[in-house]
Order: sequence, then structure tokens, then C-alpha cells
Amino acid sequence: MPTKLIINCETGEQTEVELTAEEVAQREADAAAYATQKAEQDAAEAAKAAAKASAEAKLAKLGLTAEEISAL
Amino acid sequence: MAYSYKLIEAKTLGSTAASITFNSIPQTYTDLNVLCSIRGSTNGDGIYVQFNGNTSSYSVRQLFGDGSSVASNTPGQTNYGTIGYTTTVTSNTFGNLSIYVPNYTSSNNKSYSADSVQEANQTQAYMNLVAGLWSNSSAITSLTIACQVGNLETNSTFYLYGIKSS
Repeated sequence: MPTKLIINCETGEQTEVELTAEEVAQREADAAAYATQKAEQDAAEAAKAAAKASAEAKLAKLGLTAEEISAL
Repeated sequence: MAYSYKLIEAKTLGSTAASITFNSIPQTYTDLNVLCSIRGSTNGDGIYVQFNGNTSSYSVRQLFGDGSSVASNTPGQTNYGTIGYTTTVTSNTFGNLSIYVPNYTSSNNKSYSADSVQEANQTQAYMNLVAGLWSNSSAITSLTIACQVGNLETNSTFYLYGIKSS
């Protein structure tokens, strides 16, 4: 079972506590939500990069040099 | 002269932990600053902060530099504030993170900022600037740092400072 560390700033006391079943469930839900969000973000970045590469390829076919394309 | 950077607590993890919480934070300073050296158990994991154990009303805007481009992001989660990201690409290497919380005892909503960097021996290593808001008027008495998926690894280190404005 994962543990959490709690430090009391008044006393300096440090306590290591096992996560409760509820906390573990919340952690798993958070992880799933984060994975979904990260996958969406990665997909959006990949799509943007692919669109950029495609556009640059089309511009090159029209006769633009790499320098001209990067100047756009 | 301002009474700057009084160390309240410091901790180096002796074993992995799901989270670290500083509670009973003294209410005698103006601002809080947490400096962290963090390695997570999961590559690309998010690092987040929660105040007073509260799981609602967080909003975040992020700016990234990843070594080859810049980008921005608005995480959708409201039950914590994402403040950085881990990497496990390079072994035995820790990322660095600073969280600044001004006016943490006030009865207004709490703004905070975070500035973090992954450390990796490759081109891609995210730098991340965060503007965060916790829409809650309670004074901050507790601050938790955790990873969204994995654990905080052994030897991750946390320094909590109190800062006075006068």
C-alpha cells in the first residue's frame, strides 16, 4: 500500500501513513483522468506537427525555398 | 530589511512516498516558497499541489519550453493544481521545482506560481511556468505535493520557506 508523509511544521513530527482505500481509489481516478488528458494533448501536438510538415511540403512543391518557408 | 527566507521545514525522502504534506504551517509569514528536487517513479508524470487537503477550485495556465519549441496548456483538472512534470529518462537525475504562494494567510482567493525544469540528457526536457489559482478564501495551513500517477522517489528533497514582507 502506498504511503503519504506528513510533516507537522509546529512540532517537526513526521508521520508516514498508509493511504486509505478511498485515497487509493481517488488516486487511480486522478491517474486515469490525467492519462486521458495527456493523450489528448499529445495527439493535438502530433496533429499540429503533422499539419505543419504537410503545409511545408506543399509549399516546397510550389517552389518555395526552405528559407522562404521559414520566413512565413 | 525584509525578513526573507526563513526555513520552516526540510525533508529528504528516505523511502518512496505517494505525497508529502507540510501541515500546521505557521501563520506568521507573508509568503511561502517551496523548493523541491524531485524524481518521480513514472516518466512524464504530472506533479501537483493541494492546499489544506482541499480537492476543488484549482485552475492553472502553463507555459512550456521543451528544448525545440514553446507551447501553452490549460489542464482540465480542478481537484489539484499541476505544477510540473517528472522524467525518468536519465537515471539518478532529479528535476527542480519552485512553488511561490504569496499572501497565504489572507482571506482572498490564493494565487500561486510554479517554475520547474526536468533534467534529462537529451534534447527534450520540459521547462514549465505555471500561474495557478486556488479559489478559496481560507488561510493556507497545509500544503501537499504529489505525483498524479506514480510516487515521489527516495532522495527527493523539499524545503519550505516562510518569507516576511517587512
